[in-house]
Amino acid sequence: MHLHLTKFLLTKTLRLVLLVAAVASLSFVLVSRSPIDPVDAYVGAAIMKISPEQREMIRERWGLDQPPLARFARWAAQLARGDLGVSTIFNEPVTSVIAKRFITSLWLMALAWSFSGLLGFVLGLIAGAREDSPADRLIRLYAYTMAATPTFWVGMMLLMVFSVYLGWTPVCCAWPPGLSIEQATLGQRLHHLLLPALTLSLIGVAQITLHTRQKTVEAMHSDYAIFARAQGESTLGIVCRQVLRNVALPAVTLQFASLGELFGGAVLAEQVFSYPGLGRATVEAGIRGDVPLLLGIVLFSTVFVFTGNTVADLLYRLVDPRMGEGQGGTA
Amino acid sequence: MTTRLFFPSQWDRRTRTLAAISICLVFFAVIFIAAWLYGDQGQVTELDLRKLPPSWERPFGTDWLGRDMLARTLKGIRISLGVGLTAATCSACIALLLGLGAALLGRTVDRLVTWLADAALATPHLVLLILISFACGGGARGVIIAVAASHWPALTRIIRAEVLQLRSADYVKLARQLGKGPYWIARRHLLPHVAPQFLVGLLLLFPHAILHSAGLTFLGFGMPPHTPAIGVLLAESMRYLSMGLWWLAVAPGLILIVSVLAFDVLGNNVRALLDPKTLRE
Repeated sequence: MHLHLTKFLLTKTLRLVLLVAAVASLSFVLVSRSPIDPVDAYVGAAIMKISPEQREMIRERWGLDQPPLARFARWAAQLARGDLGVSTIFNEPVTSVIAKRFITSLWLMALAWSFSGLLGFVLGLIAGAREDSPADRLIRLYAYTMAATPTFWVGMMLLMVFSVYLGWTPVCCAWPPGLSIEQATLGQRLHHLLLPALTLSLIGVAQITLHTRQKTVEAMHSDYAIFARAQGESTLGIVCRQVLRNVALPAVTLQFASLGELFGGAVLAEQVFSYPGLGRATVEAGIRGDVPLLLGIVLFSTVFVFTGNTVADLLYRLVDPRMGEGQGGTA
Repeated sequence: MTTRLFFPSQWDRRTRTLAAISICLVFFAVIFIAAWLYGDQGQVTELDLRKLPPSWERPFGTDWLGRDMLARTLKGIRISLGVGLTAATCSACIALLLGLGAALLGRTVDRLVTWLADAALATPHLVLLILISFACGGGARGVIIAVAASHWPALTRIIRAEVLQLRSADYVKLARQLGKGPYWIARRHLLPHVAPQFLVGLLLLFPHAILHSAGLTFLGFGMPPHTPAIGVLLAESMRYLSMGLWWLAVAPGLILIVSVLAFDVLGNNVRALLDPKTLRE
């Protein structure tokens, strides 16, 4: 088993390295083809105030005077050493920007991820256990509607009701304005997290609900469930004793495999609530032409999604008795 | 499936399916015709009618320049649907070409396509959209290219699998043995299987494409303020939310949701109609 696990992790690491190399080269080609001039985007409204000489200096500092291939070689060599360059808008190393911003986002994503997973799973079980009941219809209607609803719009509605009209929650940011991140208490942080996390959860519930419902319906029609019913087991009993353990693993796996959606949702939610996480950094990098930061975030989010998928694979291997030794190697 | 949520259960499956498809088509017809007849009024600024809440005369209210929000919403949703449909169609065509290429042009092409699909799926969708839209320099063109270039992998895999399966089907092998040329086989055996897959895949791409282009526009990539796509309207309304102008965001958002749902229902019902397994249910 240990040997299999080591082999599995080695294969995965090799895949990750290849994937990062592929994504890095493709995205470098993309950004270097962009008609947006990084210097113009960086300078913005102050464009009239700087002289051509200053422009040349900035270009030289960022290495933009060299041909794309030379720039790529330099960037790739840096990347191999774990150095992602310096962010032009924050004026500090990309790795430290990403690290700081990601920790802020992690609070949001972790809260939304666990809440939507739990709620979606329970809703899916209820809907699937009583197929076509009013509860099932209601839950499905909710899930289908949420799947068609833009995340940012849900955020705006919540912001309007709870922050503007009722005044229960703050309008923006991750901690009270005027304080630094260290001064904010845990209560204040959670207070600011509430609405963005709720936004992500309300949307995130849809997929896991529909998936769990489907699996529950299948399990309820299985031979073992019908046999249990013939022996006089109640619906609740069947769900708890037979269905639950068959449905739980796919749900957890799906939740781990949906980190990409979570990341995308966080970008939109952070924009609505001006939450200073990695999502907002992505948008700022894109709009203000911070190429090193944008590339860094693309690579980081790729690793993030890959980690989620690998954990999902690993869970299947470790938990599901049917994924025996003989089937190792299929990833 | 979904139709059971909306229609009386005494109708049979086929009637419900056809009813759902007709309602969706009528809805889109109404949107496009109304936007064509009425949408230009959304550019008229009447400063004495500023910030009016919804009323019978102006069901969606007016904005901070006195522009009619119903007209702006209709125009906006037409632009958003147009962008979404163009992007989804391009994406589906890319998927068709790559899927056919991967299945028919040998192992090297197959590996290349699989590798490209893996790379495109490895990054979160929205990050990829931002990256491509940045690479295209923004604008409506940037949004269309970004959405088109990031939505093909799923359909490509479906088409590739379908064609691979067909190539080894007995009746295709038999046709080859009987001396039928590749063109004849493609037309008589591949096309009838791949065309419905392509159509349904295209229809089911619409909701994603519309939502993603709205999100990208909302973030500020893409459409400039004088192209009032629905994402632009919603992004602008953000500034007025704290002043209590709730109607600027509620109605346009609801129209967007209904449009996306309608495309979803349309896609699922056309699939049910085209799939021989569910056709007669």
